[in-house]
Amino acid sequence: MEDWRKNKRVFAVFMGPATFWLLVFFTIPVIVIWVYSFGERGPLGQTYLAFSFDNYLRAIEPIHLKILWKSIWIGGLSTFLCLIIGFPVALGIAFAPDRWKNPLLLVVVLPFFTNMLIRTFAWIVVLGARGIVNTGLGWMHGQLDWLFTLAGQPDLLGRFTPLGLLYNNYTVIVGLVYVHLPFLILPLYATLEKLDRSYLEASLDLGAGQWRTFFSVLAPLAMPGIVTGCMLVFILSMGNFLIPDRLGGTDSLMIGNLIAQEFIKARDWPFGAALSFVVMYPVFIFFAANAFRARYLERARAET
Amino acid sequence: MTDVVASRRRRRRGVNPLEYLKRPWMWLTLLACFLFLYFPLVTLVAFSFNSYKRGFIWKGFSLKWYEKALNNQSLHEAFFNSMHVAAVSTVVSTALGAMLGLALYRYWFPWKGTYEGIAHLPIVIPEICMAVAMVTFFWAIGIELSLSTVIVSHIAFTIPFVAVVVRARMAGFDKSLEEASRDLGASEWQTFWYVTFPYMIPGLVAGALMAFVLSLDDFVITFFTAGVGDNTFPVKIYSMLRFSVTPEVNAASTILIAITLSLTLVAMIMQSRWTKGHKE
Repeated sequence: MEDWRKNKRVFAVFMGPATFWLLVFFTIPVIVIWVYSFGERGPLGQTYLAFSFDNYLRAIEPIHLKILWKSIWIGGLSTFLCLIIGFPVALGIAFAPDRWKNPLLLVVVLPFFTNMLIRTFAWIVVLGARGIVNTGLGWMHGQLDWLFTLAGQPDLLGRFTPLGLLYNNYTVIVGLVYVHLPFLILPLYATLEKLDRSYLEASLDLGAGQWRTFFSVLAPLAMPGIVTGCMLVFILSMGNFLIPDRLGGTDSLMIGNLIAQEFIKARDWPFGAALSFVVMYPVFIFFAANAFRARYLERARAET
Repeated sequence: MTDVVASRRRRRRGVNPLEYLKRPWMWLTLLACFLFLYFPLVTLVAFSFNSYKRGFIWKGFSLKWYEKALNNQSLHEAFFNSMHVAAVSTVVSTALGAMLGLALYRYWFPWKGTYEGIAHLPIVIPEICMAVAMVTFFWAIGIELSLSTVIVSHIAFTIPFVAVVVRARMAGFDKSLEEASRDLGASEWQTFWYVTFPYMIPGLVAGALMAFVLSLDDFVITFFTAGVGDNTFPVKIYSMLRFSVTPEVNAASTILIAITLSLTLVAMIMQSRWTKGHKE
C-alpha cells in the first residue's frame, strides 16, 4: 500500500467525491438526529434544540422498555434460529466439492436479492387466512368431513375455521429468520472455507467424535464468522420495521415500528431520534470494539 | 469408544469424515433450508397465474393479472419512477464508490480504520435509522422531499456496497503490472487508463448491478424520503398490500422479482466468467 502523501492530488481526487457525499448525506444527517435526540418537542410537533436527556429517559420508561425488551428477545431468538439453521448449511457448502460450491451459494443468495417487501408478502400468501396452508388444511378438513359423513357422523368435525397463523410474534420470527438467513450463512461460509482442515482431521484421527470435534475445534475456529454473522442478523432483525409491520399482530410492535410511529404519526422527532440512537449506540460500540481488536491483533503480529 | 468404532467403520466404507455432503442428514438439512427459502416465493409467483380472485385456491392458469398490472396507470408511473431513481443513483454511486474502493485498496492514510468504519456504517445500521436521519436532515436544511431526495439517499447507502465490491476485485490485482507500465514510460494517467481500469471493469459491473438492485428494491428509506405521491415500485406494492390483496399484487411482485433476479444472475455469471478467464 502506498502512503497517501506520495501523491496527494491523486489521493484527493479518488477519495474526495465519495467522502464528500458520505459526509454530507450520511454522517451529517446522523449527527443531526443525534443533536435532535437531546431536543424537545414543541406543542405543534416542532423541534426545539435543547440539552436534555429526557428523551433517553422516556425511552426507558416501562412502556417503551417493554418494546425494547421485546425487540431484543425477538431479535435474539431469530438470530439463534438463523445460527442453528445456517451453520449446517454453511458447513455443508464449505465442505462440498469445489464445483458444487458456487451453485449452492447461488441458491442461498438468490432469494436475498428479491425485494424484502415481496419476501414478507410471500409469507402472507403462505400463512394468511386464505393462504395456501389454510387452504390445504381446509381441503383436508373437507375430505375428512366427507368420510365422517359416510361413516354416519356428519357433524363430528364442525365447520372449518382457518387457523390464525399470521399476525403474531411467531410469524414475525419466521419472517425475520427467512429474510436474514443469508446474512449469517455468507460470513460463516467465508470463515469455514478458509479454515485449516488439518485441525479437524487431527481431532478426528486422535479419536474425538464428530460432535466433540464440532464443539471443541470447529466452533472455536469459526468464532469470528459466527460473531460477525450473529451481530449482523441481530442488529438487522432488532431494528426491522417492515416485518413486524406486515406480519406482526397488535402486540408485535418492535423498536423499528416505534421509531417510524414517532416520525410519521406522533411527530415527536426528538423522541424518535433518541430511540434510533438507542439502537445505534450498541452498533457503534460493537464496530469500534471490532476495529480496536483488529488493530491490536495487527500490532501483535507486527511485533512478533 | 463407540466413536472410534464408528469412525473405523466409516473409513472402511471409504467415506472421508469431512465430506459432510456425503451424509444423508446433511443433504436433508440443505434441502429443508432451500425449501424454506424458496417455498414462499414460488407460491407467490405461482398464484400470480391463478385465475381466481379471492384467496389462494387454484382455478386455472391465466395471465389476466399481468394484463391488469401492466395496464394499471399508477403502477406504471411507480415503475418508471423506480427505474429513474435506480438508474441515476447507480451511475453516481458506481463512479464515487469505485473511486473510493480503489483509493482504500491503494493508499494508507492516518485513521484509515476509523474512516472505513464510518464509511461502511450505511451497510450495518438498521435501515429505519438511516431513513429517519435522512428525513430529519432534509427537513432541517429546508429541502422539500421529492424523488431527488430519494436519489440522494440511495446514492449514500449504495456507495459503500460498490466500494466493497470494487476493493474485493482489486485485491487480486498484480501491482507489478502498474510498475511495468510506469517503467516503460507511461504516465500515471495512462497507467490507470490502460492497465488498472480494464482490470477493474468486472468489479465495476458487479458493483453497478448491485447498486441498481439495492436501489430498485429499497423500501424503507424510499418510503421515508419520498415526497407525497412520489411512489416507487416497492412503495406502490406496499400500499396495494394495505388495501387489497388480489393476485394483481402477485403479478406486480413477480415482475419485480424477474427483473432483479435476471440482473443478479447476469452479474454473477459475468463475474465468474471473468475470474475464470483471469485464472487461465
